[in-house]
Amino acid sequence: MATTLTVNGTSHEVDLPDEVPLLWALRDALNLTGTKFGCGVAACGACTVHIDGEAVRSCQVPVGDVWGEVTTIEGLGTPDALHRLQQAWVDHQVAQCGYCQSGQIMQAAALLAETPNPTDDDIDAAMNGNLCRCGTYPRIRAAIKSAAQGA
Amino acid sequence: MSRIGKIARRTFLFGAVAVAGGAAFGAWYVSRPAPNPLKPAEGETSLNAFVLIDGEGVTLVAPRAEMGQGTMTTWAALIAEEMDLAWEDVRVIHGPPAQAYYNSALMGEGQTHKGYDASAFQNSLGEMMGVLGKVFSMQVTGGSTAMKDGYERMRVTGAAAREMLKTAAAKRLNVGVVELRTENGAVIAPDGTAIPYTELAAEAAEVEPPRIELRERSEWKLLGTSLPRVDMLGKSTGTAQFGIDTRLPGMRFAAVRQSPTRGGMKSYDAFDAGRMPGVEKVVDLGDGLAVIATNTWLAQQAVDAIEVEWDPAPYPESTEAMVAAVEAAFDAEPDSVLRDDGNPERLPSGATSVEAEYRVPFLAHATMEPMNATAWFDGQHLRLWCGNQGPTFLRDACAAEAGIDPEEVEVNVTLMGGGFGRRGEFDYAVVATKVAKAMPGTPVNVTWSREEDMTHDYYRPPAIARITGAVADGAPVAFDAKVASPSIAEQALQRWVGFAPGGPDKGIVDGIYNQPYGIPNYRVAGHKAEVVPPLGFWRSVGASFNGFFHECFMDELAHAAGADPLEMRLKLTRDEWLPAFYALEAVRDMSGWTGKTEDGVGRGLAMVYSFGTPTAMVIEVRDEDGLIRLTDAWIAADPGVALDPSIIEAQLTGAMAYGLSAAMGEEVTFAGGVVEQRNFPDYEPLRMAQMPRTQVTILENQERLNGIGEVGTPPAAPALSNALFDLTGKRVRDLPLNKAFDFYV
Repeated sequence: MATTLTVNGTSHEVDLPDEVPLLWALRDALNLTGTKFGCGVAACGACTVHIDGEAVRSCQVPVGDVWGEVTTIEGLGTPDALHRLQQAWVDHQVAQCGYCQSGQIMQAAALLAETPNPTDDDIDAAMNGNLCRCGTYPRIRAAIKSAAQGA
Repeated sequence: MSRIGKIARRTFLFGAVAVAGGAAFGAWYVSRPAPNPLKPAEGETSLNAFVLIDGEGVTLVAPRAEMGQGTMTTWAALIAEEMDLAWEDVRVIHGPPAQAYYNSALMGEGQTHKGYDASAFQNSLGEMMGVLGKVFSMQVTGGSTAMKDGYERMRVTGAAAREMLKTAAAKRLNVGVVELRTENGAVIAPDGTAIPYTELAAEAAEVEPPRIELRERSEWKLLGTSLPRVDMLGKSTGTAQFGIDTRLPGMRFAAVRQSPTRGGMKSYDAFDAGRMPGVEKVVDLGDGLAVIATNTWLAQQAVDAIEVEWDPAPYPESTEAMVAAVEAAFDAEPDSVLRDDGNPERLPSGATSVEAEYRVPFLAHATMEPMNATAWFDGQHLRLWCGNQGPTFLRDACAAEAGIDPEEVEVNVTLMGGGFGRRGEFDYAVVATKVAKAMPGTPVNVTWSREEDMTHDYYRPPAIARITGAVADGAPVAFDAKVASPSIAEQALQRWVGFAPGGPDKGIVDGIYNQPYGIPNYRVAGHKAEVVPPLGFWRSVGASFNGFFHECFMDELAHAAGADPLEMRLKLTRDEWLPAFYALEAVRDMSGWTGKTEDGVGRGLAMVYSFGTPTAMVIEVRDEDGLIRLTDAWIAADPGVALDPSIIEAQLTGAMAYGLSAAMGEEVTFAGGVVEQRNFPDYEPLRMAQMPRTQVTILENQERLNGIGEVGTPPAAPALSNALFDLTGKRVRDLPLNKAFDFYV
């Protein structure tokens, strides 16, 4: 039942049944805990990762169906080498509890890759699937805009 | 009866615990210093319970739950300010659960004066009662008290550490302490040589802490500025460790299914589940089941596959029956009458009466991080990792579950993905302890599904307000409210400390009896409803519904009086309490309030005094093709001292979002004793596109430092409801509002 996954540029053998969602392979098998479990039904966006650059809800992708290279928050940037969105998140002091922010940043990264200078409506459309119970939305919007300008 | 006697007798639950506890334990126990729980390793020195120094630098202890509100950052800044630490070098830990970390502000919150009008005597009494938090080792994060608690204590702690270090340096250099100063984590000798604290720590620990004097505010370098949060880098890179992220050698993962009726289990058949992939053990929890597996998802599949027959609910099975119990509470004698000014029944001739009934539903906390805890039990010692708001209570409860002494329990308090009051409970840690007991020697990460989290919450209870009022000559002359709701505190205290003394529950009327308006005939009665499903503290607690009741009714009075709602409130607050008046002025100026709105636009105002802080809010809504969109919000709040403006701005904005979210679309209902909402599609929080642009003004007109973490929530629902009335002419008195309005999504 072993599956080979390429995550953040590294290849991993994961010994799990094919139907186990990618989220739980990342978190429990590979100890990549930056990707969060929030709802399990693609309603909150906390588990957002990229597969070949596309933002997907990893709670809905069976590990056997992963069709490309996976990038998680840990692969986007690191504390020593921040992605420009992560830098913008720090500059705008976005996070409160911080639990949703990995998913928010991964969603925003996919948005900027497709739409380098998003309007407010673009941001609403792209980010509306990512819940934040702390209400950090205004700072998320500001951080996305400033990262876009830095592109 | 003497004044103290009267206050003590009338004091609500927390106060009653304080007074009873104080008498029982005696003055000696109360005044004895709490032991320092830090156990420095080789090469480490602790100068007190909050300051730990090793060869690398200084670590500060911020023993409050960091659930997003920034408490870890500002708590550390209070110590660092007086210690003259360089902010970028400061390391912060939560530390162990301990009596030394008791909350000195929480107990005083139980007093039943209105707060804004408290005399110096009442404030002193509150401080005296606060010391009794130590008696119960009340290491609690809640009630918006962390800064109130730490404001003086932590600056004193930092200053004492600084003077100990200076004294050590003076001895070493053979100079007078007055010749030394401190800067960036070092003592500066008269010749300019810097001696790092790291080199002085061991000698400083031998010094008796000298008398200190706190610095004037004008000398502050860190406090009063927007500091980079200590948790920001981790939370922006996925490296911050929440409870759910705990990973230990040989760890297993478990999922749980507790009784959906909160009763017991009649029977179950786990034969097939035990043979599913990855499953290592099925655990009977008594009132539910857990499956331990190699992966959380595999554990979840297995636990969901078990056929179980549950016992019926030990409380009324339907929402209707529970609400009927709330209604019935109006027929009984009031539990409290905490405001009784004038006589609302004797009105001036020509006064116009207004009458209304308001209702709010059960609410869930729905933190983004579902409940979880990791437990590791070796038969003698228990180690726990989880986020929680009351680690001493959690430690004792888990010790009892494991059958060991509390001293044998290690509690590691992690960052938490939201709290909002939910993590003041410790049920999830007790469950994890039960699971770990079934697999001794193996650490088990026990994670609840979202469905388990949502259906096993401690809910914000429903509440009903029946209010009559009157206006004459363009102003309110009477406000007479009766509020019925169950007592949250009775349940929570029972769980925390094992008993709940009787007495009036201030929580039922908090946020409605203590508003700073000079209405001549003003009465508020609380009616305690007997409703028994699990209830808990939810951000802003009583004010979460009473702010809605009070401020919507004020809007009704303004309209009945033909007065502008803002002008009316300005007149009513000016002579009663100026900080509230200034907060209203601030939102008037920020929003450009004229009292008039163009077609298709509505504006609403609310001002709620809660947790010591007056918070005024204006919300603007617009009709966009038949859907209602919240476009702008303006908030002004006065916490007395703005310790970190960026964090305060975030708290006010976020607390408003939490209140709007509940007001617009959140409701928990019961059928057959089971909660019907199971996941976010059934319990829909506010999303990005629904969030209004928000401007915040922080004021510092009141004398004392007060709360900030919850105060943005109470005015949100009424400001929105009043805006919807302005837009549509429809007055909706039941929440959530999406039952009556179509909101933009």
